[in-house]
Amino acid sequence: MESEAGEREPVIIAFCCHYCAFTAADLAGTMRQQYPTNIRIVRLPCTGKVYVNMLLEAFVDGADGVMVAGCEEGSCHFLEGNYRAKKRVNYAKQKIEEVGINPEKLEMYHIGASEGPLFARKAREFTERIRKLMQEENEPENQIQNEK
Amino acid sequence: MIIAEQKPFKEIYESVKDSEKLLVLGCGTCVTVCMAGGEKEVGVLANQIRLAAGKDGGKIEVTEHTITRQCDEEFFDEGASEKIKEADSVLSLGCGVGVQHIVQLYPDVVVRPGVNTQFYGATLQQGIWTERCAGCGECVLERFEGICPIARCSKSLMNGPCGGSSNGMCEVDPENTECAWQLIYDRMKRLNKLDKLMDYQPPKDWSHDRDGGPRSVSREDVLF
Ligand code: SF4
Ligand code: SF4
Ligand code: FES
Repeated sequence: MESEAGEREPVIIAFCCHYCAFTAADLAGTMRQQYPTNIRIVRLPCTGKVYVNMLLEAFVDGADGVMVAGCEEGSCHFLEGNYRAKKRVNYAKQKIEEVGINPEKLEMYHIGASEGPLFARKAREFTERIRKLMQEENEPENQIQNEK
Repeated sequence: MIIAEQKPFKEIYESVKDSEKLLVLGCGTCVTVCMAGGEKEVGVLANQIRLAAGKDGGKIEVTEHTITRQCDEEFFDEGASEKIKEADSVLSLGCGVGVQHIVQLYPDVVVRPGVNTQFYGATLQQGIWTERCAGCGECVLERFEGICPIARCSKSLMNGPCGGSSNGMCEVDPENTECAWQLIYDRMKRLNKLDKLMDYQPPKDWSHDRDGGPRSVSREDVLF
């Protein structure tokens, strides 16, 4: 994806829990709340389904940013799925940082099923964050030299 | 089982970054249970190497495989052998035994260790493993009713406790390490065997430990 200015548009994968964030995303659509088309949603039965390598794989396959969105704290339908997801997201943040990827490119959110506007806002914010990080990396002084 | 911990990524990457065809080989037994080198960890590490190589322009082609046990020749089946031979380096997530066993079986392949092998231990709860045996070669657990003073007392005292035992904890690490001699005392008390502690324990016979160099065990009856 390229923007009009010729810059590459960020590709963002959002792993969303079926019971909350996914429904919220749906609702955002119904409410005609705009959120960026950069976001590709992967529906999960619960964010407890998230495993560390799932997040890394998204980056290996070319994602610029990855968000995980689960139920609000205390309201996971499987009780602790979202707490577990949070721990795994934090661990995966370490793992991507070790390979030189800014851990800010991965984030966990809690979004209730009725919060369409919140989903849209978080999606916009995260997309902006990733866009900014990508721009910073492309600034000449930050580019890694590959002269081998 | 053998407890291991993955090495820091930087150290691993340094050791494999010049490889062109790298096989990350997991082990399905001890290191799977202690979550240091099973199939899942292989997947994460392989992806980390791919991402790191992508960033610094490296050309490593990474493949992944996990076998049941790296310390047993019978588990190196055709599929595994082929993958090992195709690679120019193998990053083994088995314990130190596994790494050396691959070297022995495939003398032409370069093998790198991906974990630091720690100790023989038990799973206390998911995510916590703790040392229980030091492989001393002559087990004395009978004398201490099943609590090992060699592996679990920081000073391996045969006649403890020392003066550093306080509130059940060991002075070497009062936050995390229980005093083995407190545990031995409590156990004897529970079993009504406190008088056993009145016996003087002679110094441990270390000739069965590593003092005589590397050890091996043989069983004539099962040899082919
Ligand atoms: S190679 Fe090491 S980790 Fe794997 S089964 Fe053998 S002893 Fe356990
Ligand atoms: S006495 Fe030796 S063999 Fe027995 S548990 Fe302790 S270290 Fe292991
Ligand atoms: S059901 Fe939504 S995070 Fe578990």
